[in-house]
Amino acid sequence: MCGIVGLFAKAPEIEDSLGAHLAAMLAQMSDRGPDSAGVAVYRDPAPTGSSKLTLFSADPLQDWEALASELAAAFGGSPAPEVRASHAVFVVAADAPEAEARVRSAHPELRVMSAGRTIEIYKEVGRPEEFVRAFALEDLRGSHALGHTRMATESRVTTEGSHPFSTGHDLCLVHNGSLSNHNRLRESLRREGIEFQTENDTEVAAGYLAWRLREGASLEEALEGCLTDLDGFYTFLVGTEDGFAVLRDPIACKPAVLAETDDWVAMASEWRAIATLPGAAEARSWEPVPGVVYAWERAKV
Amino acid sequence: MEAAEATAVEVVDLAETPLRELNQRLHDLAGGAPGPRHWRVLNPNGAHAVACGLDAEIEVEIDGHVGYYCAGMNKLATVRVHGNASTGLAENMMSGTVVIEGNASQSAGATGHGGLLVVHGDAAARCGISMKGMDILVRGSVGHLSGFMAQTGRLVVCGDAGEALGDSIYEARLYVRGEVAGLGADCVEKELRDEHRAELEELLERAGFADVDPGEFRRYGSARQLYTFKVDNASAY
Repeated sequence: MCGIVGLFAKAPEIEDSLGAHLAAMLAQMSDRGPDSAGVAVYRDPAPTGSSKLTLFSADPLQDWEALASELAAAFGGSPAPEVRASHAVFVVAADAPEAEARVRSAHPELRVMSAGRTIEIYKEVGRPEEFVRAFALEDLRGSHALGHTRMATESRVTTEGSHPFSTGHDLCLVHNGSLSNHNRLRESLRREGIEFQTENDTEVAAGYLAWRLREGASLEEALEGCLTDLDGFYTFLVGTEDGFAVLRDPIACKPAVLAETDDWVAMASEWRAIATLPGAAEARSWEPVPGVVYAWERAKV
Repeated sequence: MEAAEATAVEVVDLAETPLRELNQRLHDLAGGAPGPRHWRVLNPNGAHAVACGLDAEIEVEIDGHVGYYCAGMNKLATVRVHGNASTGLAENMMSGTVVIEGNASQSAGATGHGGLLVVHGDAAARCGISMKGMDILVRGSVGHLSGFMAQTGRLVVCGDAGEALGDSIYEARLYVRGEVAGLGADCVEKELRDEHRAELEELLERAGFADVDPGEFRRYGSARQLYTFKVDNASAY
């Protein structure tokens, strides 16, 4: 069992209080997944020509300022770190692939949790309520966000094994379920050049999406590919720079509910997470049909 | 005193009262113990197991959407939800009536032994899975694998049914008015005879769906090829 939540703001008031709503939704899903929690928040786009990295260090004494100086020396700018618990966000004066490659090669002790223009991923082991406090999520503004509470079944309880998983720049995946063909699929994806950091099944689904997108598939096509290439149970929530998408496997053992008002679109494993949102009682709500991709996108300006 | 008890409505707001307290008060009425007969529950907000395990001739109205296993194991009571219900609605109910004005999620009425479950909207996958004698009426459509291994009782669907309807079915009777996406193993269409029309008419009437014409349904049931023990196969066991 795991819990999934997603919130997409249509009204500015929801953007202003996105973190607080996300925290309330996560707290409701705490008993579906008490061992780890994580969120992807889409906020504060990096200026043109620069990108955002969210980095994780297992070292509580990590010297983020030293890394900031190093990144400034390499790329220019003044990438002051925004530190939240074991994570720090840097706005780097380089595009995402270049910034990510630099950190990966120079600092193998760090994990790149996310890279892109707007995405920030935070995740950690422990109770979701403690995670929300430790990472001070409640004050975050943003356009949309995804969250996950984990009850591990397929692999160890670690920060790296928590969700969301990055699936490319500004992309991420959260998953409720378990995949049974992840070992074989991981090997074939490795041959395609996709890198994996854990033995986690969801990371394979994330790698699969990253591979399909790299090969030119649209997000919808990549998700539809899951229906034939992934074996197992899943409700997926995929975050993109402009919105999110939902897919359930055709057997649909894992729950999902969607709801929409004039002010927001929300997705969750259970209604009680959505019930925390303003106007929820009057929202249009429905259960996503198994095997059908649902997607929301903000209009591009 | 008794007259007042019969008409008064006991209101419990789950925004203020813990769910366990509500369920305990409802359980205390089992066996005809004195207490309120009409209950109204506010702000369920998707809580699990609301009005679960009732065993008294009482009426419980719930304003809002409920979570998992609402009205599970129900006996005698009438539970009406003004909203949607999540997974496992009226699971293993024994008797009484459960009415959902909105939609029900998956496994509604699972393993139910008796009583009447009415869903005014749609029911998702596995509606009536392993039902054992209850009656389920769905005004909308049902999802895939509905009536899976259903043993006895009636499942009436006024809309459509998803894939693998009645897979591995025993002796439950399935009636569908709309399209059936596909029949499961050992489930076949059967003739809708007069006795079935009469049975449907009575069920639709009880559910408050008297405007639906019983003649528009098709009947499905077991081909009896899968579950029947054949002595020729004894060596396989």
